Amino acid sequence: MGKRYETVIGLEVHVELSTRTKIFCGCPAAFGGAPNSHTCPVCMGMPGALPVLNRQVVEYAIAVGLATDCAITECCQFDRKNYFYPDNPKAYQISQLYLPICQNGGIEIETAEGKKRIGIHEIHMEEDAGKLVHDEEENVSAVDYNRAGVPLLEIVSEQDLRSAEETVAYLEKLRLIIQYLGASDCKMNEGSMRADVNLSVREAGTEELGTRTEMKNLNSFRAVSRAIAAERDRQIGLLEAGKKVVQETRRWDDRKECSFSMRSKEDAKDYRYFPEPDLPPVIISERWIADVRRRQPELRGEKMARYQKEFGLPAYDAQLLTGDKAFADLFEATVEICGRPKRVSNWIMVEVSRLLKEHGMAPDEIRFSPENFAKLIVLADTGSITNTVAKEAFELVFLEDADPERYVKERGLATVNDEGALRAAADTVLAENPQSVKDYLGGKERALGFLVGQTMKAMRGKANPALVKAILLELLHEETE
Amino acid sequence: MSIMSLSAIELGKKIREREIGVAEAVGEALAAIKAKDKALGSFVTVDREGAMERAGEVQRQIDMGELTGPLAGVPMAVKDNLCTRGMRTTCGSRMLSDFKPVYTAEAVRNLERAGAILLGKTNMDEFAMGSTTETSAYGATKNPWDLSRVPGGSSGGSCAAVAAEECSFALGSDTGGSIRQPAAFCGVTGLKPTYGTVSRYGLVAYASSLDAVGPVARNVADCAAVLEAIASHDKKDSTSVRREDCCFTEALRDDVKGMCIGIPRDYLAAGVDEAVRVAVFDAAGALEKKGAHIEEFDLGLTEYAVPAYYVIACAEAGSNLARFDGVRYGHRAKEYDGFHDMYKKSRAEGFGAEVKRRILLGSFVLSSGYYDAYYLKALRARTLIRQAFDRAFARYDVLLAPGAPSTAPRLGEALKDPVQMYQGDVCTVAVNLAGLPALSLPCGRDENGLPIGLQLIADCFEEKKLIRTAYAFEQTRDYERCPFAVHPERRT
Repeated sequence: MGKRYETVIGLEVHVELSTRTKIFCGCPAAFGGAPNSHTCPVCMGMPGALPVLNRQVVEYAIAVGLATDCAITECCQFDRKNYFYPDNPKAYQISQLYLPICQNGGIEIETAEGKKRIGIHEIHMEEDAGKLVHDEEENVSAVDYNRAGVPLLEIVSEQDLRSAEETVAYLEKLRLIIQYLGASDCKMNEGSMRADVNLSVREAGTEELGTRTEMKNLNSFRAVSRAIAAERDRQIGLLEAGKKVVQETRRWDDRKECSFSMRSKEDAKDYRYFPEPDLPPVIISERWIADVRRRQPELRGEKMARYQKEFGLPAYDAQLLTGDKAFADLFEATVEICGRPKRVSNWIMVEVSRLLKEHGMAPDEIRFSPENFAKLIVLADTGSITNTVAKEAFELVFLEDADPERYVKERGLATVNDEGALRAAADTVLAENPQSVKDYLGGKERALGFLVGQTMKAMRGKANPALVKAILLELLHEETE
Repeated sequence: MSIMSLSAIELGKKIREREIGVAEAVGEALAAIKAKDKALGSFVTVDREGAMERAGEVQRQIDMGELTGPLAGVPMAVKDNLCTRGMRTTCGSRMLSDFKPVYTAEAVRNLERAGAILLGKTNMDEFAMGSTTETSAYGATKNPWDLSRVPGGSSGGSCAAVAAEECSFALGSDTGGSIRQPAAFCGVTGLKPTYGTVSRYGLVAYASSLDAVGPVARNVADCAAVLEAIASHDKKDSTSVRREDCCFTEALRDDVKGMCIGIPRDYLAAGVDEAVRVAVFDAAGALEKKGAHIEEFDLGLTEYAVPAYYVIACAEAGSNLARFDGVRYGHRAKEYDGFHDMYKKSRAEGFGAEVKRRILLGSFVLSSGYYDAYYLKALRARTLIRQAFDRAFARYDVLLAPGAPSTAPRLGEALKDPVQMYQGDVCTVAVNLAGLPALSLPCGRDENGLPIGLQLIADCFEEKKLIRTAYAFEQTRDYERCPFAVHPERRT
């Protein structure tokens, strides 16, 4: 009988902060821009240039620390991590090793197996590196330093995770917290959230940790999940075959669904960390912490409670809407314009979710404005357009942020309430469907539905269905008399 | 009397009073450089056109009444590790032989705003690592008092240029004595301010926690005026200090009555030349005569200062100099195989032996397994040294010491034994470890006629006490012009 194994996972998550400027200079931190257009002597590592800490970075770090139950270090300091690489302009990265800003926290996750607290060992502030661009044809490499100096938080978990499911739950929870704080947009595909997975396996029931590997290049939750499964199987395979796991850094290839060794422990660099002499220690007073806490935006739990209390939404709606910050933001912005919270909630849960799924989009990729969304909901809710028209119009709102009022007007899709027109259409339908009329009069209620449907179809969906039904009933009763 | 024999303040006054034109003064300085610098080698770069052009602008600003300060129109030289926009800044290294910064160091900008005219950049030990200005890739600077001797270092070019009267004053940098020791060797006055008083922005870093920019000049008054111009709180330098009182020239008073001056016995013990010892005690006697109270005492811990200094300075230097990799600027090897090879070759070719030695030392003391034994221990020693000074300044206003344990050695002598050369820094490095202000000024000459420097040390932010004491001592003797400055054609 085969042995049973337990997987032990720890995560190092890098999050790019949404500050306006870089961590140690005034250059824009925004993604993109022509290569090396967001640079200056400081982030290019020119001789004699010196770093000046961006206060907003410290505030975001404190905010994330508070939201993850960490202790905030009263006097933290930056250290230099020394290594040579062309994307590292000073040949050292300013980071934190000896006294990180947040320590000893944790967050609670929930999986099918219940609730569990995942410890956070530390959170530290550091700068991002530039980007190498390889030109295969010319066989040269160019460097773009726009990203050099963009602020990062590195969130290091304890080795508390035991499965891919827990790992993804932890990442989702972390992302939600950080998005709610406005500290980062946390887009894994764009690299504003990156996760490195440390994984080892051990025989179930034993205490001692196995040799671990570090997995890099995980660009989606799916990749994280698949990489964990593959690495667990690889390590167990090695052990079963009587071989040893080598401590190393591996690179995940999502297309090939397997990983490759990048460097082993023997090649591990000695970073020669030492305190950054160009930056004085960061003193964080109780008052500063209290100030950040006071300005802290509403987190998910608070939002959920407020949605139920303030808008009278069912718990289910509140949970779903707050499950993604983009949904919550859309909900609040739309309700602010048009009220009708339950209607707005339904639209998001049903139509918005459906179209996102159809187009393979994430909620934070929503591009339409709350203004047009609100207009559409009002049109539908006041009966100015029928549900059929509303759904059709929403597709255009969703894809092009079209103005639904203009769309309805231009195409003449407003609900027809004109009795004369409806009566004429109903007359024709009754004349063309004698069998259905007979059925209805014979007691088959369902035939009425068919007749209403036919009339609506004749009116190209624009008719007021309640009025159509009333007119049909009236005409059918006339026939019996 | 020639223009270049005037002190900076005297020249500034004559320029303000329209007795001397700015172009005339700058022209004289450029002529002096032309006549002397072939023999002396104080300058790496001289910007004749730029200086003359700027002279015209400054003259106009003086005429319009826009520039009224003491340094307006005064020609200056700047050590070649301070960035000057568009002007080559080499740090005495092959690595930066064609490097033109895109911005100007804050200290230099402050002087430009005050109307001083930049003549060019002065020679230095490569990346400020050395005590002789012989490790420069651009040749050694000579001591104007004896051209067969070194000017000291690393600000040897600045001190030699001032002593030889090629400029009215100069800027240097002091990490472990690099202003005070060459000032002592060259018979000029040099001041290392309290750490953080002058912005380091644009000073190419050697050891960030120790580096200070300061003036080199003919006398104490000039140093005070230059320091007043360059001291500023700079948001671009996070270690820059906001100081309320930077009117250093107010301290130029010939009055030391009641001041308590301590002489650390440790700095005058074995290893100090007899002539130097005698000169320092004579200076103490002169100050006592003026009413100061003089006492000898034991400072303690001096044997730890040099090792602690070299561990910390090299650790920081190894990291600071890592950016010179040939990727974005600086020397890049012509042929290489991949980027690792490019790094190795570029750095092997670009750096000299002393720089490599210190990078290796620095990498070693920070490497895993040695950090605690060397770097952390050195930090602890640094704290204790600072505390020893705290105890001393609880009792004394100013400390007296030699600017260097000996007078200038002959060219080529010092580099033979690096450890011996490092020991020569014993009088100066503790000041940097503690962040204190200190000043060196001439106090006599030895049997070979070489200048001897007197070092004054004060507590942090007490530059005024330094300036006052130094000024009072200066009044007891005449400024000795070096013979080369007067007759460059008569080589010694």
